[in-house]
Amino acid sequence: MRAALVVLAALAAAPFIGFGEGYVLTLLARAMILAMAAVSLWLLVGGAGMVSLGHAAMLGIGAYAVVVLDDARITDALVVVPVAMGAAALFALVTGAVAIRTSGVHFIMITLAFGQMAFFTTASLAAYGGDDGYTLYGRTTIGGQRWLENRLVFHFLCLGLLALALAGGQMLLASRFGRVLRAARENPLRVQAVGFSPYPYRLIAYGIAGAIAGLAGVLMANAAEFVAPSYLAWQRSGDLLFMVILGGLGSLQGAVLGALAFVLLEEWLGHLTEHWRLIFGPLLVLSVLFLRGGLVGVLRRG
Amino acid sequence: MAEPILAVAGLRKRFGGLAVTDDVSFSVAEGGIHAVIGPNGAGKTTLIHQLSGTLRPDAGSIRFAGREVTGMGLPRRARLGLARSFQITSVLPGFSVLENAALAVQARSGSSFRFMRPAAGERALNEQAMAALDQVGLGARAGMMAGVLSHGEKRQLELAIALAMRPRLLLLDEPLAGAGPEETERLIGILLGLKRAYTILLVEHDMQAVFALADRISVLVYGRIIATDAPAAIRADPAVRAAYLGEDEVA
Ligand SMILES: Nc1ncnc2c1ncn2[C@@H]1O[C@H](COP(=O)(O)OP(=O)(O)OP(=O)(O)O)[C@@H](O)[C@H]1O
Ligand SMILES: [Mg+2]
Repeated sequence: MRAALVVLAALAAAPFIGFGEGYVLTLLARAMILAMAAVSLWLLVGGAGMVSLGHAAMLGIGAYAVVVLDDARITDALVVVPVAMGAAALFALVTGAVAIRTSGVHFIMITLAFGQMAFFTTASLAAYGGDDGYTLYGRTTIGGQRWLENRLVFHFLCLGLLALALAGGQMLLASRFGRVLRAARENPLRVQAVGFSPYPYRLIAYGIAGAIAGLAGVLMANAAEFVAPSYLAWQRSGDLLFMVILGGLGSLQGAVLGALAFVLLEEWLGHLTEHWRLIFGPLLVLSVLFLRGGLVGVLRRG
Repeated sequence: MAEPILAVAGLRKRFGGLAVTDDVSFSVAEGGIHAVIGPNGAGKTTLIHQLSGTLRPDAGSIRFAGREVTGMGLPRRARLGLARSFQITSVLPGFSVLENAALAVQARSGSSFRFMRPAAGERALNEQAMAALDQVGLGARAGMMAGVLSHGEKRQLELAIALAMRPRLLLLDEPLAGAGPEETERLIGILLGLKRAYTILLVEHDMQAVFALADRISVLVYGRIIATDAPAAIRADPAVRAAYLGEDEVA
Protein backbone atom coordinates (compact mmCIF):
# COMPACT_ATOMS: atom_id res chain seq x y z
CA MET A 1 0.00 0.00 0.00
CA ARG A 2 3.01 2.28 0.35
CA ALA A 3 3.03 3.57 -3.21
CA ALA A 4 -0.65 4.51 -3.01
CA LEU A 5 -0.09 6.33 0.28
CA VAL A 6 2.76 8.33 -1.26
CA VAL A 7 0.55 9.23 -4.20
CA LEU A 8 -2.33 10.25 -1.94
CA ALA A 9 0.02 12.37 0.18
CA ALA A 10 1.39 14.02 -2.95
CA LEU A 11 -2.15 14.77 -4.09
CA ALA A 12 -2.89 16.30 -0.70
CA ALA A 13 0.19 18.50 -0.90
CA ALA A 14 -0.21 19.41 -4.59
CA PRO A 15 -2.33 22.58 -4.18
CA PHE A 16 0.23 24.03 -1.76
CA ILE A 17 3.40 23.30 -3.64
CA GLY A 18 2.71 25.09 -6.87
CA PHE A 19 -0.02 22.96 -8.41
CA GLY A 20 -2.91 25.09 -7.24
CA GLU A 21 -3.83 26.63 -10.57
CA GLY A 22 -7.33 26.03 -11.85
CA TYR A 23 -6.47 23.87 -14.79
CA VAL A 24 -4.06 21.73 -12.78
CA LEU A 25 -6.66 21.10 -10.08
CA THR A 26 -9.18 20.24 -12.77
CA LEU A 27 -6.76 17.71 -14.19
CA LEU A 28 -5.99 16.23 -10.77
CA ALA A 29 -9.68 15.99 -9.92
CA ARG A 30 -10.28 14.08 -13.15
CA ALA A 31 -7.40 11.76 -12.30
CA MET A 32 -8.70 11.11 -8.79
CA ILE A 33 -12.23 10.47 -9.99
CA LEU A 34 -11.04 8.04 -12.63
CA ALA A 35 -8.80 6.43 -10.02
CA MET A 36 -11.85 5.85 -7.87
CA ALA A 37 -13.67 4.28 -10.80
CA ALA A 38 -10.58 2.18 -11.51
CA VAL A 39 -10.55 1.00 -7.89
CA SER A 40 -14.12 -0.21 -8.27
CA LEU A 41 -13.28 -1.95 -11.54
CA TRP A 42 -10.18 -3.50 -9.96
CA LEU A 43 -12.42 -5.19 -7.38
CA LEU A 44 -14.07 -7.00 -10.27
CA VAL A 45 -11.05 -7.71 -12.44
CA GLY A 46 -8.32 -8.20 -9.87
CA GLY A 47 -10.51 -9.30 -6.98
CA ALA A 48 -13.13 -11.48 -8.59
CA GLY A 49 -11.55 -12.23 -11.97
CA MET A 50 -14.48 -10.69 -13.84
CA VAL A 51 -13.20 -8.62 -16.77
CA SER A 52 -15.93 -6.07 -17.43
CA LEU A 53 -15.92 -3.94 -20.53
CA GLY A 54 -19.00 -2.00 -19.49
CA HIS A 55 -17.86 -0.25 -16.37
CA ALA A 56 -18.25 3.28 -17.76
CA ALA A 57 -22.00 2.67 -17.72
CA MET A 58 -21.90 2.54 -13.91
CA LEU A 59 -20.14 5.91 -13.81
CA GLY A 60 -22.48 7.32 -16.41
CA ILE A 61 -25.55 6.21 -14.51
CA GLY A 62 -24.22 7.93 -11.40
CA ALA A 63 -23.63 11.07 -13.46
CA TYR A 64 -27.06 10.92 -15.08
CA ALA A 65 -28.67 10.55 -11.65
CA VAL A 66 -27.14 13.96 -10.89
CA VAL A 67 -28.60 15.27 -14.16
CA VAL A 68 -32.11 13.99 -13.54
CA LEU A 69 -32.15 15.36 -10.00
CA ASP A 70 -30.58 18.65 -11.13
CA ASP A 71 -33.36 19.02 -13.69
CA ALA A 72 -35.84 18.58 -10.85
CA ARG A 73 -33.84 21.15 -8.85
CA ILE A 74 -32.73 18.57 -6.31
CA THR A 75 -29.06 19.17 -5.61
CA ASP A 76 -28.49 18.12 -2.01
CA ALA A 77 -25.83 15.46 -1.58
CA LEU A 78 -28.01 13.68 0.96
CA VAL A 79 -30.37 12.82 -1.89
CA VAL A 80 -28.05 12.89 -4.88
CA VAL A 81 -25.38 10.56 -3.56
CA PRO A 82 -27.65 7.72 -2.36
CA VAL A 83 -29.78 7.93 -5.51
CA ALA A 84 -26.76 7.88 -7.81
CA MET A 85 -25.05 5.04 -5.96
CA GLY A 86 -28.31 3.15 -5.67
CA ALA A 87 -29.13 3.53 -9.37
CA ALA A 88 -25.67 2.37 -10.43
CA ALA A 89 -25.78 -0.55 -7.99
CA LEU A 90 -29.23 -1.55 -9.20
CA PHE A 91 -28.09 -1.47 -12.82
CA ALA A 92 -25.07 -3.56 -11.80
CA LEU A 93 -27.20 -6.10 -9.96
CA VAL A 94 -29.74 -6.48 -12.75
CA THR A 95 -27.21 -6.75 -15.57
CA GLY A 96 -24.80 -8.70 -13.37
CA ALA A 97 -27.47 -11.28 -12.57
CA VAL A 98 -27.34 -12.22 -16.25
CA ALA A 99 -23.69 -11.50 -17.06
CA ILE A 100 -22.22 -13.43 -14.12
CA ARG A 101 -23.77 -16.64 -15.43
CA THR A 102 -21.23 -16.42 -18.23
CA SER A 103 -17.46 -16.26 -18.04
CA GLY A 104 -14.37 -15.38 -20.04
CA VAL A 105 -14.94 -13.76 -23.41
CA HIS A 106 -18.71 -14.10 -23.03
CA PHE A 107 -18.62 -12.04 -19.87
CA ILE A 108 -16.60 -9.33 -21.62
CA MET A 109 -19.04 -9.26 -24.52
CA ILE A 110 -22.18 -9.21 -22.41
CA THR A 111 -20.92 -6.41 -20.15
CA LEU A 112 -19.98 -4.50 -23.30
CA ALA A 113 -23.50 -5.05 -24.64
CA PHE A 114 -25.15 -3.84 -21.44
CA GLY A 115 -22.83 -0.84 -21.41
CA GLN A 116 -23.80 0.05 -24.97
CA MET A 117 -27.44 -0.38 -24.05
CA ALA A 118 -27.01 2.21 -21.30
CA PHE A 119 -25.08 4.47 -23.69
CA PHE A 120 -27.85 4.45 -26.31
CA THR A 121 -30.47 4.95 -23.65
CA THR A 122 -28.82 8.14 -22.39
CA ALA A 123 -28.29 9.34 -25.97
CA SER A 124 -32.04 9.06 -26.52
CA LEU A 125 -32.96 11.07 -23.43
CA ALA A 126 -34.12 14.18 -25.30
CA ALA A 127 -35.26 15.83 -22.07
CA TYR A 128 -31.67 15.76 -20.87
CA GLY A 129 -30.00 16.95 -24.03
CA GLY A 130 -29.79 13.63 -25.85
CA ASP A 131 -26.52 13.35 -27.74
CA ASP A 132 -25.49 16.87 -26.83
CA GLY A 133 -25.46 16.29 -23.14
CA TYR A 134 -26.72 18.38 -20.27
CA THR A 135 -25.17 21.32 -18.44
CA LEU A 136 -25.88 21.34 -14.72
CA TYR A 137 -27.49 24.38 -13.10
CA GLY A 138 -25.00 24.01 -10.33
CA ARG A 139 -22.84 21.67 -8.38
CA THR A 140 -24.21 19.34 -5.73
CA THR A 141 -24.83 21.09 -2.41
CA ILE A 142 -24.21 19.84 1.09
CA GLY A 143 -26.85 20.87 3.62
CA GLY A 144 -27.77 23.73 1.30
CA GLN A 145 -24.18 24.97 1.18
CA ARG A 146 -22.42 25.36 -2.16
CA TRP A 147 -19.08 24.19 -0.81
CA LEU A 148 -18.24 22.08 -3.85
CA GLU A 149 -17.84 25.21 -5.91
CA ASN A 150 -14.67 25.91 -4.00
CA ARG A 151 -11.84 24.28 -5.96
CA LEU A 152 -9.86 23.30 -2.89
CA VAL A 153 -12.88 21.78 -1.18
CA PHE A 154 -13.64 19.80 -4.30
CA HIS A 155 -10.02 18.67 -4.56
CA PHE A 156 -10.03 17.34 -1.03
CA LEU A 157 -13.46 15.81 -1.40
CA CYS A 158 -12.24 13.80 -4.38
CA LEU A 159 -9.08 12.86 -2.51
CA GLY A 160 -10.98 11.85 0.62
CA LEU A 161 -13.45 9.72 -1.28
CA LEU A 162 -10.67 8.08 -3.28
CA ALA A 163 -8.86 7.23 -0.05
CA LEU A 164 -12.11 5.89 1.37
CA ALA A 165 -12.77 3.73 -1.69
CA LEU A 166 -9.23 2.37 -1.51
CA ALA A 167 -9.46 1.59 2.20
CA GLY A 168 -12.94 0.14 1.82
CA GLY A 169 -11.81 -2.01 -1.08
CA GLN A 170 -8.86 -3.33 0.92
CA MET A 171 -11.15 -4.14 3.81
CA LEU A 172 -13.60 -5.92 1.54
CA LEU A 173 -10.90 -8.03 -0.10
CA ALA A 174 -9.49 -9.09 3.25
CA SER A 175 -12.88 -10.01 4.72
CA ARG A 176 -14.54 -13.42 4.66
CA PHE A 177 -16.52 -12.24 1.68
CA GLY A 178 -13.39 -11.10 -0.13
CA ARG A 179 -11.63 -14.35 0.62
CA VAL A 180 -14.38 -16.34 -1.07
CA LEU A 181 -14.30 -13.94 -3.99
CA ARG A 182 -10.53 -14.18 -4.43
CA ALA A 183 -10.58 -17.94 -4.03
CA ALA A 184 -13.29 -18.24 -6.67
CA ARG A 185 -11.11 -16.22 -9.04
CA GLU A 186 -8.20 -18.61 -8.54
CA ASN A 187 -10.14 -21.85 -8.66
CA PRO A 188 -13.94 -21.88 -8.72
CA LEU A 189 -14.14 -25.67 -8.56
CA ARG A 190 -12.14 -25.72 -5.33
CA VAL A 191 -14.42 -23.11 -3.83
CA GLN A 192 -17.52 -25.12 -4.75
CA ALA A 193 -15.96 -28.29 -3.41
CA VAL A 194 -15.64 -26.79 0.06
CA GLY A 195 -19.25 -25.64 0.00
CA PHE A 196 -19.52 -22.18 -1.57
CA SER A 197 -21.53 -21.19 -4.57
CA PRO A 198 -19.51 -18.33 -6.12
CA TYR A 199 -22.48 -16.68 -7.85
CA PRO A 200 -23.95 -14.63 -4.98
CA TYR A 201 -20.51 -13.44 -3.91
CA ARG A 202 -19.71 -12.30 -7.42
CA LEU A 203 -23.07 -10.63 -7.82
CA ILE A 204 -22.73 -8.68 -4.59
CA ALA A 205 -19.21 -7.64 -5.58
CA TYR A 206 -20.61 -6.45 -8.89
CA GLY A 207 -23.24 -4.39 -7.10
CA ILE A 208 -20.69 -2.87 -4.70
CA ALA A 209 -18.37 -1.98 -7.59
CA GLY A 210 -21.36 -0.41 -9.34
CA ALA A 211 -22.17 1.73 -6.29
CA ILE A 212 -18.58 2.99 -5.98
CA ALA A 213 -18.48 3.78 -9.69
CA GLY A 214 -21.81 5.58 -9.30
CA LEU A 215 -20.25 7.79 -6.64
CA ALA A 216 -17.35 8.52 -8.97
CA GLY A 217 -19.99 9.44 -11.54
CA VAL A 218 -21.43 12.04 -9.16
CA LEU A 219 -17.99 13.60 -8.81
CA MET A 220 -17.45 13.41 -12.56
CA ALA A 221 -20.69 15.30 -13.21
CA ASN A 222 -19.70 17.90 -10.64
CA ALA A 223 -16.18 18.30 -11.94
CA ALA A 224 -17.35 19.25 -15.43
CA GLU A 225 -20.78 20.56 -14.44
CA PHE A 226 -21.77 18.79 -17.61
CA VAL A 227 -22.79 15.23 -18.49
CA ALA A 228 -23.01 13.60 -21.91
CA PRO A 229 -23.64 10.09 -23.24
CA SER A 230 -19.96 9.90 -24.16
CA TYR A 231 -19.33 9.29 -20.45
CA LEU A 232 -20.84 5.86 -21.01
CA ALA A 233 -19.11 5.07 -24.28
CA TRP A 234 -17.34 1.74 -24.49
CA GLN A 235 -14.05 3.54 -25.14
CA ARG A 236 -14.33 4.90 -21.61
CA SER A 237 -14.81 1.38 -20.31
CA GLY A 238 -11.75 0.38 -22.29
CA ASP A 239 -9.75 3.23 -20.76
CA LEU A 240 -10.76 2.14 -17.26
CA LEU A 241 -9.83 -1.45 -17.97
CA PHE A 242 -6.54 -0.26 -19.34
CA MET A 243 -5.82 1.78 -16.19
CA VAL A 244 -6.44 -1.29 -14.08
CA ILE A 245 -4.13 -3.46 -16.16
CA LEU A 246 -1.48 -0.75 -16.48
CA GLY A 247 -1.49 -0.38 -12.70
CA GLY A 248 -1.33 -4.12 -12.19
CA LEU A 249 -3.61 -6.85 -10.90
CA GLY A 250 -1.25 -7.76 -8.08
CA SER A 251 -2.66 -5.21 -5.68
CA LEU A 252 -5.60 -2.84 -5.39
CA GLN A 253 -3.33 0.20 -5.27
CA GLY A 254 -2.45 -0.59 -8.87
CA ALA A 255 -5.78 0.90 -9.85
CA VAL A 256 -4.76 4.27 -8.39
CA LEU A 257 -1.29 4.20 -9.93
CA GLY A 258 -2.67 3.11 -13.30
CA ALA A 259 -5.34 5.79 -13.42
CA LEU A 260 -2.96 8.58 -12.45
CA ALA A 261 -0.29 7.43 -14.87
CA PHE A 262 -2.87 7.19 -17.64
CA VAL A 263 -4.37 10.64 -17.11
CA LEU A 264 -1.07 12.42 -16.61
CA LEU A 265 0.56 10.71 -19.57
CA GLU A 266 -2.39 11.58 -21.77
CA GLU A 267 -2.16 15.20 -20.63
CA TRP A 268 1.59 15.45 -21.05
CA LEU A 269 1.55 13.99 -24.55
CA GLY A 270 -1.31 16.30 -25.41
CA HIS A 271 0.96 19.24 -24.63
CA LEU A 272 3.83 17.87 -26.68
CA THR A 273 1.99 17.38 -29.91
CA GLU A 274 -1.47 17.48 -31.35
CA HIS A 275 -0.84 14.01 -32.74
CA TRP A 276 -0.45 12.66 -29.22
CA ARG A 277 -2.75 9.73 -29.89
CA LEU A 278 -0.21 8.38 -32.34
CA ILE A 279 2.27 8.10 -29.47
CA PHE A 280 -0.19 7.20 -26.73
CA GLY A 281 -1.50 4.08 -28.46
CA PRO A 282 1.87 2.42 -29.04
CA LEU A 283 2.94 3.42 -25.51
CA LEU A 284 -0.04 1.56 -24.12
CA VAL A 285 0.82 -1.51 -26.17
CA LEU A 286 4.45 -1.39 -25.04
CA SER A 287 3.46 -1.00 -21.41
CA VAL A 288 1.29 -4.11 -21.58
CA LEU A 289 4.10 -6.03 -23.26
CA PHE A 290 6.92 -4.95 -20.99
CA LEU A 291 5.38 -4.03 -17.65
CA ARG A 292 4.40 -7.51 -16.54
CA GLY A 293 2.38 -7.19 -13.41
CA GLY A 294 1.83 -3.53 -14.24
CA LEU A 295 3.25 -0.59 -12.31
CA VAL A 296 2.72 -2.46 -9.06
CA GLY A 297 4.87 -5.28 -10.40
CA VAL A 298 7.61 -2.82 -11.36
CA LEU A 299 7.57 -1.27 -7.87
CA ARG A 300 7.77 -4.72 -6.30
CA ARG A 301 10.73 -5.79 -8.37
CA GLY A 302 12.51 -2.48 -8.15
CA MET B 1 -27.98 -53.24 10.25
CA ALA B 2 -27.49 -49.49 10.41
CA GLU B 3 -28.40 -47.42 7.37
CA PRO B 4 -25.39 -46.98 5.10
CA ILE B 5 -23.89 -43.50 4.94
CA LEU B 6 -24.03 -43.62 1.14
CA ALA B 7 -26.48 -45.61 -0.97
CA VAL B 8 -26.32 -45.52 -4.76
CA ALA B 9 -29.04 -47.13 -6.87
CA GLY B 10 -29.29 -47.56 -10.62
CA LEU B 11 -26.83 -44.77 -11.45
CA ARG B 12 -26.29 -44.17 -15.16
CA LYS B 13 -24.19 -41.69 -17.15
CA ARG B 14 -23.45 -41.71 -20.86
CA PHE B 15 -20.99 -39.57 -22.80
CA GLY B 16 -22.34 -39.80 -26.33
CA GLY B 17 -22.48 -43.50 -27.13
CA LEU B 18 -20.28 -44.47 -24.23
CA ALA B 19 -21.95 -45.77 -21.06
CA VAL B 20 -19.43 -44.58 -18.48
CA THR B 21 -21.64 -45.36 -15.51
CA ASP B 22 -23.81 -48.32 -16.31
CA ASP B 23 -26.48 -49.15 -13.74
CA VAL B 24 -24.22 -48.78 -10.73
CA SER B 25 -25.66 -49.71 -7.34
CA PHE B 26 -23.71 -50.07 -4.14
CA SER B 27 -23.61 -48.76 -0.63
CA VAL B 28 -20.93 -47.61 1.77
CA ALA B 29 -21.22 -48.49 5.45
CA GLU B 30 -20.17 -46.00 8.09
CA GLY B 31 -16.55 -46.33 9.22
CA GLY B 32 -13.46 -47.54 7.45
CA ILE B 33 -12.34 -47.49 3.84
CA HIS B 34 -14.40 -48.70 0.92
CA ALA B 35 -12.20 -48.80 -2.17
CA VAL B 36 -13.28 -48.61 -5.80
CA ILE B 37 -10.77 -50.08 -8.19
CA GLY B 38 -10.86 -50.50 -11.92
CA PRO B 39 -8.71 -50.14 -15.01
CA ASN B 40 -7.99 -46.80 -16.73
CA GLY B 41 -11.11 -45.28 -18.17
CA ALA B 42 -13.40 -47.58 -16.18
CA GLY B 43 -15.43 -44.58 -15.05
CA LYS B 44 -14.10 -44.13 -11.53
CA THR B 45 -13.65 -40.37 -11.70
CA THR B 46 -16.99 -39.99 -13.44
CA LEU B 47 -18.56 -41.92 -10.56
CA ILE B 48 -16.91 -39.63 -7.99
CA HIS B 49 -18.12 -36.62 -9.98
CA GLN B 50 -21.70 -37.86 -9.71
CA LEU B 51 -21.45 -38.80 -6.04
CA SER B 52 -20.03 -35.37 -5.16
CA GLY B 53 -22.46 -33.42 -7.32
CA THR B 54 -19.86 -32.19 -9.81
CA LEU B 55 -21.68 -34.00 -12.61
CA ARG B 56 -25.38 -34.78 -12.97
CA PRO B 57 -26.27 -38.44 -13.56
CA ASP B 58 -28.66 -39.40 -16.38
CA ALA B 59 -30.61 -41.71 -14.08
CA GLY B 60 -30.50 -43.28 -10.66
CA SER B 61 -30.46 -42.02 -7.12
CA ILE B 62 -27.89 -41.14 -4.50
CA ARG B 63 -28.74 -41.09 -0.81
CA PHE B 64 -26.29 -39.60 1.62
CA ALA B 65 -26.73 -39.80 5.38
CA GLY B 66 -30.39 -40.64 4.96
CA ARG B 67 -31.10 -37.79 2.50
CA GLU B 68 -31.80 -37.84 -1.18
CA VAL B 69 -29.01 -35.71 -2.67
CA THR B 70 -29.30 -36.64 -6.36
CA GLY B 71 -30.55 -33.20 -7.39
CA MET B 72 -28.15 -31.18 -5.26
CA GLY B 73 -25.05 -29.46 -6.63
CA LEU B 74 -21.48 -29.75 -5.39
CA PRO B 75 -21.60 -26.87 -2.84
CA ARG B 76 -24.78 -28.15 -1.15
CA ARG B 77 -23.49 -31.66 -0.82
CA ALA B 78 -20.21 -30.31 0.52
CA ARG B 79 -22.07 -28.41 3.21
CA LEU B 80 -23.88 -31.63 4.17
CA GLY B 81 -20.52 -33.23 4.86
CA LEU B 82 -19.70 -34.93 1.57
CA ALA B 83 -16.12 -33.92 0.88
CA ARG B 84 -14.22 -34.83 -2.25
CA SER B 85 -10.64 -34.60 -3.36
CA PHE B 86 -9.49 -34.35 -6.97
CA GLN B 87 -7.41 -36.75 -9.03
CA ILE B 88 -5.71 -33.69 -10.54
CA THR B 89 -4.63 -31.52 -7.64
CA SER B 90 -6.99 -28.62 -7.13
CA VAL B 91 -5.81 -26.14 -4.53
CA LEU B 92 -5.58 -22.35 -4.40
CA PRO B 93 -1.97 -21.76 -5.52
CA GLY B 94 -1.94 -18.05 -4.61
CA PHE B 95 -3.26 -18.65 -1.09
CA SER B 96 -1.15 -19.74 1.84
CA VAL B 97 -1.41 -23.38 2.86
CA LEU B 98 -3.20 -22.31 6.03
CA GLU B 99 -5.68 -20.15 4.11
CA ASN B 100 -6.49 -23.05 1.79
CA ALA B 101 -7.67 -25.01 4.80
CA ALA B 102 -9.17 -21.98 6.54
CA LEU B 103 -11.47 -21.38 3.58
CA ALA B 104 -12.90 -24.85 4.10
CA VAL B 105 -13.40 -24.16 7.81
CA GLN B 106 -15.02 -20.84 6.94
CA ALA B 107 -17.52 -22.61 4.70
CA ARG B 108 -19.03 -24.39 7.71
CA SER B 109 -18.54 -21.65 10.31
CA GLY B 110 -21.38 -19.20 9.97
CA SER B 111 -22.06 -16.71 7.23
CA SER B 112 -19.37 -15.62 4.81
CA PHE B 113 -21.33 -12.52 3.86
CA ARG B 114 -19.16 -10.57 6.27
CA PHE B 115 -17.45 -7.60 4.80
CA MET B 116 -15.44 -5.83 7.47
CA ARG B 117 -13.31 -8.03 9.66
CA PRO B 118 -10.12 -9.48 8.13
CA ALA B 119 -10.69 -13.21 7.67
CA ALA B 120 -7.00 -14.00 8.07
CA GLY B 121 -7.21 -12.73 11.65
CA GLU B 122 -10.05 -15.02 12.74
CA ARG B 123 -8.48 -17.27 15.33
CA ALA B 124 -11.21 -19.89 15.38
CA LEU B 125 -10.83 -20.44 11.64
CA ASN B 126 -7.05 -20.53 11.79
CA GLU B 127 -6.91 -22.95 14.70
CA GLN B 128 -9.19 -25.47 13.05
CA ALA B 129 -7.35 -25.08 9.75
CA MET B 130 -4.09 -25.68 11.55
CA ALA B 131 -5.52 -28.81 13.18
CA ALA B 132 -6.44 -30.16 9.72
CA LEU B 133 -2.94 -29.43 8.43
CA ASP B 134 -1.42 -31.19 11.43
CA GLN B 135 -3.59 -34.24 10.76
CA VAL B 136 -1.82 -34.72 7.43
CA GLY B 137 1.58 -33.59 8.69
CA LEU B 138 1.59 -30.29 6.83
CA GLY B 139 1.63 -27.99 9.86
CA ALA B 140 5.19 -26.86 9.19
CA ARG B 141 4.17 -25.56 5.75
CA ALA B 142 1.22 -23.47 6.98
CA GLY B 143 2.76 -20.13 6.02
CA MET B 144 3.93 -21.11 2.56
CA MET B 145 2.10 -20.38 -0.68
CA ALA B 146 0.27 -23.51 -1.79
CA GLY B 147 1.63 -23.05 -5.31
CA VAL B 148 5.22 -23.71 -4.26
CA LEU B 149 4.55 -26.99 -2.41
CA SER B 150 5.97 -30.22 -3.81
CA HIS B 151 3.54 -32.50 -5.62
CA GLY B 152 3.26 -34.85 -2.65
CA GLU B 153 2.62 -31.93 -0.29
CA LYS B 154 -0.14 -30.67 -2.57
CA ARG B 155 -1.73 -34.11 -2.34
CA GLN B 156 -1.51 -33.78 1.45
CA LEU B 157 -3.09 -30.34 1.24
CA GLU B 158 -5.98 -31.75 -0.81
CA LEU B 159 -6.59 -34.13 2.08
CA ALA B 160 -6.26 -31.39 4.69
CA ILE B 161 -8.81 -29.21 2.89
CA ALA B 162 -11.27 -32.10 2.84
CA LEU B 163 -10.65 -32.80 6.52
CA ALA B 164 -11.12 -29.12 7.38
CA MET B 165 -14.68 -29.49 6.10
CA ARG B 166 -15.38 -31.96 8.97
CA PRO B 167 -16.79 -34.43 6.48
CA ARG B 168 -19.06 -37.35 7.23
CA LEU B 169 -17.79 -39.08 4.12
CA LEU B 170 -14.55 -38.51 2.23
CA LEU B 171 -14.53 -39.20 -1.50
CA LEU B 172 -10.88 -39.51 -2.46
CA ASP B 173 -10.07 -39.74 -6.16
CA GLU B 174 -6.62 -41.33 -6.46
CA PRO B 175 -4.98 -39.49 -3.56
CA LEU B 176 -1.70 -41.18 -4.51
CA ALA B 177 -1.82 -40.07 -8.15
CA GLY B 178 1.56 -38.89 -9.37
CA ALA B 179 3.28 -39.32 -6.01
CA GLY B 180 6.78 -40.80 -5.85
CA PRO B 181 7.60 -43.91 -3.77
CA GLU B 182 8.45 -41.98 -0.60
CA GLU B 183 5.49 -39.67 -0.96
CA THR B 184 3.25 -42.70 -1.52
CA GLU B 185 4.59 -44.27 1.66
CA ARG B 186 3.82 -41.11 3.61
CA LEU B 187 0.33 -40.70 2.12
CA ILE B 188 -0.56 -44.33 2.88
CA GLY B 189 0.51 -43.74 6.47
CA ILE B 190 -1.75 -40.69 6.63
CA LEU B 191 -4.71 -42.58 5.16
CA LEU B 192 -4.21 -45.42 7.65
CA GLY B 193 -4.45 -42.85 10.42
CA LEU B 194 -7.56 -41.23 8.96
CA LYS B 195 -9.26 -44.59 8.59
CA ARG B 196 -9.88 -44.74 12.32
CA ALA B 197 -11.85 -41.52 12.45
CA TYR B 198 -13.46 -41.18 9.01
CA THR B 199 -15.53 -43.04 6.47
CA ILE B 200 -13.67 -43.01 3.18
CA LEU B 201 -14.61 -43.96 -0.35
CA LEU B 202 -11.25 -44.43 -1.97
CA VAL B 203 -10.68 -44.59 -5.69
CA GLU B 204 -7.17 -45.82 -6.24
CA HIS B 205 -5.00 -47.38 -8.88
CA ASP B 206 -2.19 -48.54 -6.66
CA MET B 207 -3.18 -52.15 -5.88
CA GLN B 208 -0.75 -52.56 -3.03
CA ALA B 209 -2.14 -49.46 -1.40
CA VAL B 210 -5.72 -50.59 -1.89
CA PHE B 211 -5.15 -54.00 -0.33
CA ALA B 212 -3.25 -52.40 2.55
CA LEU B 213 -5.99 -49.89 3.26
CA ALA B 214 -9.42 -51.12 2.24
CA ASP B 215 -11.98 -52.90 4.36
CA ARG B 216 -14.18 -53.48 1.34
CA ILE B 217 -13.56 -53.24 -2.38
CA SER B 218 -15.82 -52.65 -5.35
CA VAL B 219 -14.50 -53.41 -8.81
CA LEU B 220 -15.60 -51.16 -11.65
CA VAL B 221 -15.09 -52.29 -15.23
CA TYR B 222 -16.51 -50.48 -18.26
CA GLY B 223 -18.86 -48.54 -16.03
CA ARG B 224 -20.25 -51.61 -14.24
CA ILE B 225 -19.54 -52.86 -10.76
CA ILE B 226 -18.65 -56.50 -11.27
CA ALA B 227 -17.94 -57.34 -7.63
CA THR B 228 -18.09 -55.88 -4.13
CA ASP B 229 -16.49 -57.84 -1.33
CA ALA B 230 -13.79 -58.09 1.32
CA PRO B 231 -10.23 -57.68 -0.03
CA ALA B 232 -9.32 -61.37 0.28
CA ALA B 233 -12.41 -62.45 -1.65
CA ILE B 234 -11.79 -59.81 -4.34
CA ARG B 235 -8.23 -60.99 -4.76
CA ALA B 236 -9.47 -64.53 -5.32
CA ASP B 237 -12.39 -63.64 -7.60
CA PRO B 238 -11.70 -65.07 -11.08
CA ALA B 239 -13.92 -62.53 -12.86
CA VAL B 240 -12.03 -59.70 -11.19
CA ARG B 241 -8.69 -61.21 -12.06
CA ALA B 242 -9.74 -61.64 -15.66
CA ALA B 243 -11.10 -58.12 -16.04
CA TYR B 244 -8.77 -56.13 -13.93
CA LEU B 245 -5.50 -57.87 -14.53
CA GLY B 246 -6.12 -57.54 -18.25
CA GLU B 247 -6.35 -61.27 -18.99
CA ASP B 248 -9.18 -62.55 -21.20
CA GLU B 249 -12.03 -60.12 -21.63
CA VAL B 250 -15.04 -60.96 -19.53
CA ALA B 251 -18.34 -60.24 -21.17
N1 LIG C 1 -16.67 -35.07 -20.11
C1 LIG C 1 -16.48 -36.19 -20.84
N2 LIG C 1 -16.93 -36.27 -22.11
C2 LIG C 1 -16.74 -37.40 -22.83
N3 LIG C 1 -16.14 -38.49 -22.37
C3 LIG C 1 -15.66 -38.48 -21.11
C4 LIG C 1 -15.81 -37.32 -20.27
N4 LIG C 1 -15.26 -37.59 -19.07
C5 LIG C 1 -14.79 -38.85 -19.16
N5 LIG C 1 -15.04 -39.38 -20.37
C6 LIG C 1 -14.69 -40.74 -20.79
O1 LIG C 1 -15.33 -41.62 -19.89
C7 LIG C 1 -14.48 -42.72 -19.60
C8 LIG C 1 -14.29 -42.84 -18.11
O2 LIG C 1 -13.50 -41.73 -17.65
P1 LIG C 1 -13.09 -41.57 -16.12
O3 LIG C 1 -12.23 -40.37 -16.02
O4 LIG C 1 -14.29 -41.62 -15.26
O5 LIG C 1 -12.22 -42.87 -15.90
P2 LIG C 1 -11.33 -43.28 -14.67
O6 LIG C 1 -11.77 -44.63 -14.27
O7 LIG C 1 -11.32 -42.25 -13.63
O8 LIG C 1 -9.91 -43.38 -15.36
P3 LIG C 1 -8.46 -43.10 -14.73
O9 LIG C 1 -8.04 -44.36 -14.05
O10 LIG C 1 -7.61 -42.86 -15.94
O11 LIG C 1 -8.54 -41.95 -13.83
C9 LIG C 1 -13.21 -42.51 -20.38
O12 LIG C 1 -13.31 -43.27 -21.56
C10 LIG C 1 -13.22 -41.05 -20.67
O13 LIG C 1 -12.56 -40.79 -21.89
MG1 LIG D 1 -9.93 -41.02 -12.79
